[in-house]
Amino acid sequence: MIVGKQKPFEEIWDMIKNFKKVLVFGCNTCVAICHAGGGKEAEILASMLRIKASQEGAEIEVMHAAIERHCEPEFFEPVIDEVRASDVVLSLACGVGVNFLSERVGDIPVYPGINTEFYGAVPKAGVFTELCAGCGNCILHLTGGICPIVRCAKSLMNGPCGGTNNGKCEIGQDVDCAWYLILERMKKLGTLEKLSEIKPVRDWSTGMYGGPRRIVLEHIADPEAQAEKKDS
Amino acid sequence: MKGGSNLEKVLEGGHFAVTAEVGPPKGTSTSVIQKKGDLLKSYCDAMNVTDNQTAIVRMSSLSGCVILKEMGLDPVMQMVVRDRNRIAIQSDILGAIALGIRNVLCLSGDSQKFGNHPTAKGVFDIDSIQLVQTLKAMRDEKKFLCGEAISGEVPLFIGAVENPFADPFEYRVTRLAKKVKAGADFIQTQAVFDVGKFTRWMEMVRDQGLDKQVHILAGVIPIKSVGMARYMRDNVSGVSVPDEIVSRLEDAKNVKEEGVKITLEIIEQLEEIDGIHGIHIMAVAWEDIVPNIVERASLLPRPIL
Repeated sequence: MIVGKQKPFEEIWDMIKNFKKVLVFGCNTCVAICHAGGGKEAEILASMLRIKASQEGAEIEVMHAAIERHCEPEFFEPVIDEVRASDVVLSLACGVGVNFLSERVGDIPVYPGINTEFYGAVPKAGVFTELCAGCGNCILHLTGGICPIVRCAKSLMNGPCGGTNNGKCEIGQDVDCAWYLILERMKKLGTLEKLSEIKPVRDWSTGMYGGPRRIVLEHIADPEAQAEKKDS
Repeated sequence: MKGGSNLEKVLEGGHFAVTAEVGPPKGTSTSVIQKKGDLLKSYCDAMNVTDNQTAIVRMSSLSGCVILKEMGLDPVMQMVVRDRNRIAIQSDILGAIALGIRNVLCLSGDSQKFGNHPTAKGVFDIDSIQLVQTLKAMRDEKKFLCGEAISGEVPLFIGAVENPFADPFEYRVTRLAKKVKAGADFIQTQAVFDVGKFTRWMEMVRDQGLDKQVHILAGVIPIKSVGMARYMRDNVSGVSVPDEIVSRLEDAKNVKEEGVKITLEIIEQLEEIDGIHGIHIMAVAWEDIVPNIVERASLLPRPIL
């Protein structure tokens, strides 16, 4: 899932303090699971902003709402008029939601209330770890199911580097060395010898370095055109 | 000859090589490099110019190398993949060769997190093994990574590093083998303090016959103070300083002299190890001790080839 973290309160306050009508708008999918931007967090943040406004003597009306998802139009279309009734939307959705809603609402600003952090898992309640970079060119079958692109601080394809220290990364004792994990895992799988092959330079253009990505499934996006193609 | 550098000649001639590290200034002074070059010129066969070591911005390695080259010395251009993508790397290599540089040492580079710009974006487009491979293809096939042809000659003596003290220990030889397979002509290792462990590593290197395929230069760091010894023992990832060395320095009346003695003892033991073709002295901020060490280690005069 997409893991987010609420922005520092002062930063949020600075964004919205000059508006009169603020909608704190949560998303009840990924960012709700990581306690950053769901309906509950929207409600709490709205209360905090109201308190702050009254402390500062600012006349700001703060509303809050949440919908299931911000990344598909059908979820926010039913409430779009209410959204447009505010002066500013403080979105607690991930960056996808902020971008997407910005396009839809037109002339009111949509500001991010959270920092979208990474694609992660929840190893235990309250702990979130980054496990995938969304690089568009998966190599997990070559690395024992452990991603060196995002879990190695240097994204090495032929690690580990010389900074491994008791299985930890040189950047910090709280960070596992991904290549150490890969070696241990491949030893267990009996595939360690595969690592003696040099992995070639990567094609990064499939990831965020190749410009914005887009996937079009023709048969769903434009079934008629697809059918015409077939007929001809 | 692959690169035709002095270092290559010394190693290919079967001499026990000595290289030393030259740290460039955090500024624009040519004379800092020149002074270090002057100081070290009779005491080593080649000088490594570090590339923004520990991610602290300094004069570029390429410029430092050119200054040394102009003095008639043999520079080793260190190149990390942290700060350049494949376009910049290949371009810098062409420029370096055009300016007379023949030795290049390929490294990953310390994480930018350690340096003086910790919020910088690390590039890591290719890794150090892929860098070795890239340079080999540039030299032997006269081709860029993309497959297009390079005009002109590409003489290069290609170096890589290896750290026998980082874990997992058993895998370190496999990684060295990968670097050799990628095309490394010489290896400079992380500093050796734990000679016993290094000896075990070299046994594994010899078992795989790697010592016959690549020139291995063992890294040596003279320790100047007790604080430095403790710092390296406790805080530098991948460096293993035995407690015994730290206590010897703690008990010493003349710490610097004790540090030199320890270094000399280590060098003596390294010379005895089969497959070690030289030493690489990294006297960080203590370059002026290098002549003393090389002389007392009886590694003079350096061969003139």
